[in-house]
Amino acid sequence: MTATYDELQPRHMVELHGLSKSFGDLEVLSGIDVTVDTGEVVCIIGPSGSGKSTLLRCVNLLEQPSKGSVFVAGVELTHRDVDIDAARRMLGMVFQQFNLFGHLSVLDNVSIAQRKVLRRGKVEAERIAMDNLAKVGVADKASAYPAHLSGGQQQRVAIARALSMNPKVMLFDEPTSALDPELVGDVLGAMRQLAEEGMTMLVVTHEMQFAREVADRVLFMDRGMLIEQGPPSRVIGDPSHERTRTFLARVLDPAHVDE
Amino acid sequence: MTSSDTLAEPSGHPLPGQARFSPRKRRQISQGVQYAAFVAVVFALVVVADWERIQQGFFDGTSAAAMLPELFTVALRNTVIYTICGYIFGFILGLVVAMMRLSSAAPNRLVALVFIEIFRGVPALLVFVIIGFGLPTAFPEFSLPFGIYGTATLSLGLVAAAYLAETFRAGIQAVPKGQMEAARSLGMSYTRAMITIVIPQAIRIVIPPLTNELILLFKDSSLIFVLGVTASTVELTKFGRDVSMEFATSTPLLLAGVSYLAITVPLGYAVRTLEARQARERR
Repeated sequence: MTATYDELQPRHMVELHGLSKSFGDLEVLSGIDVTVDTGEVVCIIGPSGSGKSTLLRCVNLLEQPSKGSVFVAGVELTHRDVDIDAARRMLGMVFQQFNLFGHLSVLDNVSIAQRKVLRRGKVEAERIAMDNLAKVGVADKASAYPAHLSGGQQQRVAIARALSMNPKVMLFDEPTSALDPELVGDVLGAMRQLAEEGMTMLVVTHEMQFAREVADRVLFMDRGMLIEQGPPSRVIGDPSHERTRTFLARVLDPAHVDE
Repeated sequence: MTSSDTLAEPSGHPLPGQARFSPRKRRQISQGVQYAAFVAVVFALVVVADWERIQQGFFDGTSAAAMLPELFTVALRNTVIYTICGYIFGFILGLVVAMMRLSSAAPNRLVALVFIEIFRGVPALLVFVIIGFGLPTAFPEFSLPFGIYGTATLSLGLVAAAYLAETFRAGIQAVPKGQMEAARSLGMSYTRAMITIVIPQAIRIVIPPLTNELILLFKDSSLIFVLGVTASTVELTKFGRDVSMEFATSTPLLLAGVSYLAITVPLGYAVRTLEARQARERR
């Protein structure tokens, strides 16, 4: 199946049904059901080891789910006949460690997949790359190599790289966790702009302020389970579960000591 | 001689009961003794050596003159051709074998492993004999193209591929996993991601061992003599030996050896320069 999924524009952009993932005997996700609407921004929070990154990586099948199904734009990615390379183009991903291609310049980083995967011509691919680099504010670094950029610049290049493939959904896996504190703002700013433009986004993050202001919905996960979800004002402002309260107390007040 | 233990001790304030010399002084004395010993050995060799016979054996002008210009126009040229062709073939085959070695399919891994073990474990000379005489015996209808150049390319390539495959495997495994994940997340297939993203970075990591293998291959190309070379296909070592026997002097062998160095030393230098330049660009 080499169909392109460009026309698909369903109401539910991402659907996860009964998603489970085990590494050997360790179950890191147990029966997660999540539906994300088109244009919705969903932030996933939770303690480390709660399975939130694994959940995100299951959405574009970087991790193969042990059980359950993943639908993106109505296409079942977990179906065994699906061309996963074609289906993945609907999903852009931004990693904690940026993962820019070290042997390529910024411009090549952003245009190589366009050329090799989407078969765009050099001129077109580079024009789109420059547009996206300008959008995230790093157009002046087009000819530099990743190693010469700050973490914040690298992460914004990574965002531009994903955007250049015209994804329907953007997945962010702790995009600011590896950054120096003073560089976090630029990356969050680019993400906020993307959210305002109506991009469907799943964001694993520890930035509660960002989740509060930008997310339409917040999911709280702990030990592989979805504990609660709802608008940020409720989940972060007035959580109903004890585990959520404990987690938020630690995150919002790192000096806090449990009784 | 250890200089590390001198670092720990504070100098300048000798404590009561300490040795007569400060650590720095001790090191100076130790180095002085080493230099003296080295000079003494060289001096002894120079005095004891029979210079007249050395000159006859290794610096004989007549036989040296007889080697020109064929030393460069035929022998060195052929050595370079055999080596480069074998290396290119081995490079490509080595990459394929390395990919098979890392494949998720068990048969691929097994074939790669057996190939590597055989061609790494067997002396290169034997590979030449098998390819040169075994193949024509087994497949009389079939002959390799380009005569001895084809046979040499295949033999040297097989030997090089076994070593290069292991080098490439190490390089591929040294590229962070996130590079493959990022490439896959952009819709690249596994093979596309390997070729476009992982392998170019892997090769940069293993440039020093790749150079090493090229230099080793230059020397292994001397084994081509077992295939029986003619005046036009002769390489350096065989050429040196032939002229050496004709004139009953070792001078041609020495010249052949120097000719190898004329290739390998600049090669090593060029690669070091390349590495340094890449390090400046990308770090």
